[in-house]
Amino acid sequence: MNAHAIIFYLISAFLLGTGILSVTTKKIFRSAIWLLFSLVGIASLYFWMEVEFVAAVQIIVYVGGIVILIIFSIFLTQQSGKEMPGPGLLRTVFSLLAVLFGAGFCCMLINEYGFTQLPGTQFSVAVADIGTQMLSTADHGFVLPFEVVSMLLLGAMIGCIVIAMKSKEAKNKGVLENEQEAVGTVISSQQNNRL
Amino acid sequence: MNSLSEIPLAHILFVSTALFFIGMYGLFTRKNLVTLLMAIELMLNSVNINFVAFNKYLYPGKLDGIFFSLFIITIAAAEAAVAIAIIINLYRSHQSIDVDDATEMKY
Repeated sequence: MNAHAIIFYLISAFLLGTGILSVTTKKIFRSAIWLLFSLVGIASLYFWMEVEFVAAVQIIVYVGGIVILIIFSIFLTQQSGKEMPGPGLLRTVFSLLAVLFGAGFCCMLINEYGFTQLPGTQFSVAVADIGTQMLSTADHGFVLPFEVVSMLLLGAMIGCIVIAMKSKEAKNKGVLENEQEAVGTVISSQQNNRL
Repeated sequence: MNSLSEIPLAHILFVSTALFFIGMYGLFTRKNLVTLLMAIELMLNSVNINFVAFNKYLYPGKLDGIFFSLFIITIAAAEAAVAIAIIINLYRSHQSIDVDDATEMKY
């Protein structure tokens, strides 16, 4: 067991431990931070597998984008210091059973499959190769999915704006409710004064 | 490239399986929509690890697994953005992002 193997087991223990903490911790903000550590662990696993480009994309998109987005939405929607209610004993026990059974079953299948690895050929991922194959129109080129995914991103962006935009009636309704609330508080305070 | 002999492919697959089921445990036990989204991100990442590991160990001459993981990362980013827009909209109309509070699927 050399240093390379030890580093692999250390990275795996790190990312699994932080992943478990991320799904079990009670405070939602801590959960997001543990998720961030877990994603960094996955990026270091990519570095360990010598696919530096995917590791860089992982750090940029997940750690720099999605986790920040999640933290923003946590700040927008709730008090981050508040503890979330637990799932209840019955639900915990049964989901733990389901998960352990599924994991054991999958590990058994993987263990018995017996993958045959090709000896000899070097695995090297040059960024130039990725770019050439991504935009090639020949066989095994990925230019069509590339274009489709760009349309998907555009659609997702417009969809986000449309969903998150306040509609006109909702705005008016909100204003109306605020006015009614204000009127109500004024009236109640006047009544209190009279009493 | 002595790593091929040191760590068998099965061990990387064990790690990604464990990560997938950790995400699934979060999906079963959480009730807050943001934490559900985090659990789904963990599951997507475990699939990415699988793709890269298969590419590295079984088909070292090709790059298809790398491309699949790159496209999955892109689509996961779009999915997270749309999900967070929906969550914020839900919070605006229900003042809560608990799964139990969002029982009607209409605006």
